[in-house]
Amino acid sequence: MSAARRKTTYREAVRDAIREAMLRDPRVFLMGEDVGRYGGCYAVSKGLLQEFGEERIRDTPLSESGFVGAGIGAALNGMRPIVEVMSVNFSLLALDQIVNNAATIPHMSGGQFAVPLVIRMATGSGRQLAAQHSHSLEGWYAHIPGLKVLAPATLEDARGMLWSALEDPNPVLIFEHVQLYNMEGELDAAAGAVPISGAAIRRPGRDLSIVTYGGSLSKCLAAATALAGEGIEAEVIDLRSLRPLDDATIMASVARTRRVLIVDEGWRSGGISAEISARIVEQAFYELDAPPARLCGVEVPIPYPKHLEDASVPQAESIRAAARALVRPT
Amino acid sequence: MTAKPRLTHNHARRLLGQMMRIRVFEERCAELYTQQKIRGFLHLYIGEEANAVGTMEALTPQDSVVATYRDHGHALARGVAMGPVMAEMYGKAGGTSRGRGGSMHIFDRPARFYGGNAIVGGGLPLAVGLALAEKMAKGSGVAVCLFGEGAVAEGEFHESLNLAALWKLPVLFVCENNLYAMGSAIERTESETDIHLKAASYRIDSRRVDGMDVVAVEAAARGALEHIRGGGGPVFLECMTYRFRAHSMFDAQLYRDKEEIERWKERDPIKRFQTWALSAGLLHDSDVTALSAEAVIEVDAAVAFAEASPWEPLADLEKHVLMDKVPA
Repeated sequence: MSAARRKTTYREAVRDAIREAMLRDPRVFLMGEDVGRYGGCYAVSKGLLQEFGEERIRDTPLSESGFVGAGIGAALNGMRPIVEVMSVNFSLLALDQIVNNAATIPHMSGGQFAVPLVIRMATGSGRQLAAQHSHSLEGWYAHIPGLKVLAPATLEDARGMLWSALEDPNPVLIFEHVQLYNMEGELDAAAGAVPISGAAIRRPGRDLSIVTYGGSLSKCLAAATALAGEGIEAEVIDLRSLRPLDDATIMASVARTRRVLIVDEGWRSGGISAEISARIVEQAFYELDAPPARLCGVEVPIPYPKHLEDASVPQAESIRAAARALVRPT
Repeated sequence: MTAKPRLTHNHARRLLGQMMRIRVFEERCAELYTQQKIRGFLHLYIGEEANAVGTMEALTPQDSVVATYRDHGHALARGVAMGPVMAEMYGKAGGTSRGRGGSMHIFDRPARFYGGNAIVGGGLPLAVGLALAEKMAKGSGVAVCLFGEGAVAEGEFHESLNLAALWKLPVLFVCENNLYAMGSAIERTESETDIHLKAASYRIDSRRVDGMDVVAVEAAARGALEHIRGGGGPVFLECMTYRFRAHSMFDAQLYRDKEEIERWKERDPIKRFQTWALSAGLLHDSDVTALSAEAVIEVDAAVAFAEASPWEPLADLEKHVLMDKVPA
């Protein structure tokens, strides 16, 4: 039995997910800067204003703290808001609301109140937008108890994570890598919600595990294909969720391959890669044939020119080299 | 805005009784703090009681409240039971937040009391969102947001006023202007010290109220709520008030002189209303005596409740960090 497949893009998959949620639940609405008339800064919500009207596709002023906080208040009072923040760099203006309110109110109120809110934002480099639009700060959010942090890296996840996030009683942050919006592929016509917990093995392999997420996944898969030509079989793990982390999948893979490379566009110091590496050392130290390796963003504010920007974050070629060095040390 | 309400005996009794029970509660908290029963920060509301009591008197159960870290008076005036509030001050499992919040974070679902918020300005966007949900769901509730004049310097104040006005949301902003943001006098932090003018610049119906006069506050709140429920959009009240005690229990009050405090104490909202109500024949001496005794009895019972309440088990430390479901 083969289900009907259709061509789509990551952007369209996110839009279809929003559309489905709006149709399924009258409590759902989308709010953010330029999500309505403009159609979203990355054109994700194009056409939704015409379909759902300005009450539910709600343009906001440039007040990140104000409208993210309003999303929290609306969630406390029975709605299921999707708040779009243009980029993770801008979300720092709403950090107070996300960290001090959304993440704390359930616990601080002794479980009297939940914050069933979804905040979507773009993250990552690759569009030559320089140092105030290109960073990968999702690892910071993964530090915060009370939040769930997702990084859809595939069309299926772009299409399916949103509904599950809306059904979750907790604040869920969804990070969409800017380089993924134009990614094309085929999706099941009947594609829908997917679980938001658990990592996925996107490519099985025996020689090393590459642990990654978001915008780096396709680069890791490209590197793995190239490595196969050299006789190195890499297993590629897509974390999907940065909080909570799926330790079991990571440790089981590492126990099989005995080598692990963690690939993260975020900076190395104090990043999510450090957390993953520490957990592997704590839980699977005796399974390892080599120390865990990390390939991370270079510790600079992301620069504008393409050659410098490309050199700032892991690329398929540098991932391939790092993997080779781990498996065949010279 | 409507004129002052015509007070009945019962109404006057309730207003005075509410202010007295808050006063006695706060004074007892100060004692309990020195006995180290209450720890952390403790921000007393003494002197400002008329703001909470006058405002809450005008609310319906459908309305929601967002308060600040100086929130015990707000919670008590809103009808949150005193025993659980006191147990929360102790950090006991019988507290409103099972002890997890402490004095700055009283939450109560039945009273639609969405917390003492201890980030100055942080509660305003929440109130905007509560009101947005109310409007989208075509409910009748108003979100009431109380904050001090210190919050006015925060960006969240301006973002929230703009959003509420732009979307004509049912929000009542109540600025309790006690003239000091911790130790900073308003003229040392604000270029425009007439706070209500800032709200007016967002095209919000805005006015200044004598926050030491409980009847004036109630009348202003009733007028404001009528305006808001009629679809007129948010209203802003600047209640001129004063805290008689230190900012918190750690504050030596080096920034203001004793004469100023004494001058304001002459306008004590309880003494003032009591004197007026007695002279107007609305209340009798026996009412005052009875209310005073009732307040002490209620506070004694709240302390006993808190003392008897168990501690939250250590095994539950991580409970409620992530919720299993949205409480109905």
